[in-house]
Amino acid sequence: MSEHSTYTPGSGIEKWLDERLPIIRFSKEHLMDFPTPKNLNYFWTFGAILVMCLGIQIVTGIILAMHYTPNIGLAFDSVEHIRRNVNGGRMIQAFHAVGASMFFVAVYIHIFRGMYFGSYKAPREILWILGVLIFVLMMATAFMGYVLPWGQMSGWAATVITNIFEAIPVLGTPLLELLRGGFSVGNPTLNRFFSLHYLLPFVIAAVVALHIWALHVPGNNNPTGVDVKDSRDTLPFHPYYTMKDAFGMVVFLIPFVWFAFFAPDILGHPDNYIQFNSQITPAHIVPEWYFLPFYAILRAIDFNLLFINSKLLGVIFFGGSIVILFLLPWLDTSKVRSGNFRPMFKWFYWLFVVNFIGLTYLGAQPADGIYVLLSKICTAYYFIHFIVILPVLSRIEKPRPLPTSISESVLAKSHA
Amino acid sequence: MATEAQHSTTRRDFLFVATGAVAGVGAAATVWPLINQMNPDASTLAVASIEFSLNGIEPGQSVTILWRGLPVFVRNRTPEEVAEAQNVALADLKDPQTDAERTKEGHENWLVMIANCTHLGCIPTGESGEFDGWACPCHGSQFDTAGRIRKGPAPTNLVVPPYEFVSDSLIQIG
Repeated sequence: MSEHSTYTPGSGIEKWLDERLPIIRFSKEHLMDFPTPKNLNYFWTFGAILVMCLGIQIVTGIILAMHYTPNIGLAFDSVEHIRRNVNGGRMIQAFHAVGASMFFVAVYIHIFRGMYFGSYKAPREILWILGVLIFVLMMATAFMGYVLPWGQMSGWAATVITNIFEAIPVLGTPLLELLRGGFSVGNPTLNRFFSLHYLLPFVIAAVVALHIWALHVPGNNNPTGVDVKDSRDTLPFHPYYTMKDAFGMVVFLIPFVWFAFFAPDILGHPDNYIQFNSQITPAHIVPEWYFLPFYAILRAIDFNLLFINSKLLGVIFFGGSIVILFLLPWLDTSKVRSGNFRPMFKWFYWLFVVNFIGLTYLGAQPADGIYVLLSKICTAYYFIHFIVILPVLSRIEKPRPLPTSISESVLAKSHA
Repeated sequence: MATEAQHSTTRRDFLFVATGAVAGVGAAATVWPLINQMNPDASTLAVASIEFSLNGIEPGQSVTILWRGLPVFVRNRTPEEVAEAQNVALADLKDPQTDAERTKEGHENWLVMIANCTHLGCIPTGESGEFDGWACPCHGSQFDTAGRIRKGPAPTNLVVPPYEFVSDSLIQIG
């Protein structure tokens, strides 16, 4: 896909630079001329939106770190100090907290877009794997960031999530103490979470660079899932997609700033306005909304299986629900990429989405009565989708005929 | 002649492997302090043992104290609760333990245990649940009057920390 560079350095200084660090040539190839399928819909804009989200989180985060104090006696008050005393602090803190939620909104849309249009299939498996890796890093970063305000939900999130590691046979307890820096969640825990919360976004940025690199080798997938055949199928990235992405970002920023300005706390939990007390658990522990589906899976397992106890089994399912995403390119072996041309896949895809939303709902409900049973059913279906439905569909489904080229499908649409 | 040299082990190969092995051990030895700094520090370990007076805790009353930063339940159980705990058949238990194994002889009314649920560490609330013991609001585990797991995801009974009766009204935990 990468075509020969059309860049010719104009001025003497450009020529001098091009022989030493060809950064202008690189930018022209990858940010401007990069041939991009001409039929990308707005779901493809979320890649650019995610880069923007990461940028917002890093900038606001660096500023917040200038005012925040990672000490169990001072952390809670320092967040209030930021919100009440620091110039513009209320807005910057709101953008960081709301930004985390918006980041996850965008990443879920981005992931589900990839799942529908088969963006994980050959030759883009590495691209997909790097994407899932970014998702895991985002989860770790968001979790540690959530702990920093040291509220009731924060501290208990730290307790519950670090406890997951205790389930590991033999090594569990020493590992738990190593992670917490004590017998319980305390000052060393908060201090190291702050350090890592500051570090990980830069690791994410590095993996994002690899993700984009892995994208620019085979080039973008597109809604038809048909490969680019010649230049009639593509448009240069700039100005066509830079403008389209810019428009998408502006639309995305409308709800973003609405939350940040008018309802900065609505996506959080009121219990986080109580300082952490290690002796009283909130009546109902819930994580941030973006972790609810996985939390529901963790909680759904309340039974032992053979020699594996319920705690370890819950952790295995919890980890498995994410690890299985890495294997997706090899579970769905259908030759057709786009769900648009897969009549049966389409149904099961939406069933999976509904089931995922169901898990989100169940993760927020108390762990008793009918909710436990429903959580088990939804958890089972989550895994069945990957392990049974996708491999079977790939064998039995008869896909609809594909267009011969991207350009043909675009023209067919405009004539219709 | 090059092929022949590749098949015989030379002094150079030995030096190569030996250098690599020393470098590997050296790297591991360098990394260990970088990881070990995360383990509990001296100030955390210093509070590993405490004494606690039981005076004034009436039957049916519980107190929560802190030991190693962990909350510990100390409950003066009522005779009914003790009887209830002792009358449970071991076959009914997920993590079988008799009431006697969880208390000290002659002090059967006193139940001392780490308050964190053995599932994911929440603090169960007392005198609640179907077994008159503790119930964890987070993930639905229920414990009986001896703190034994009866229902829900917790894999084991609430943990009894190491403790001794120094006198009839004083215990040492840790």
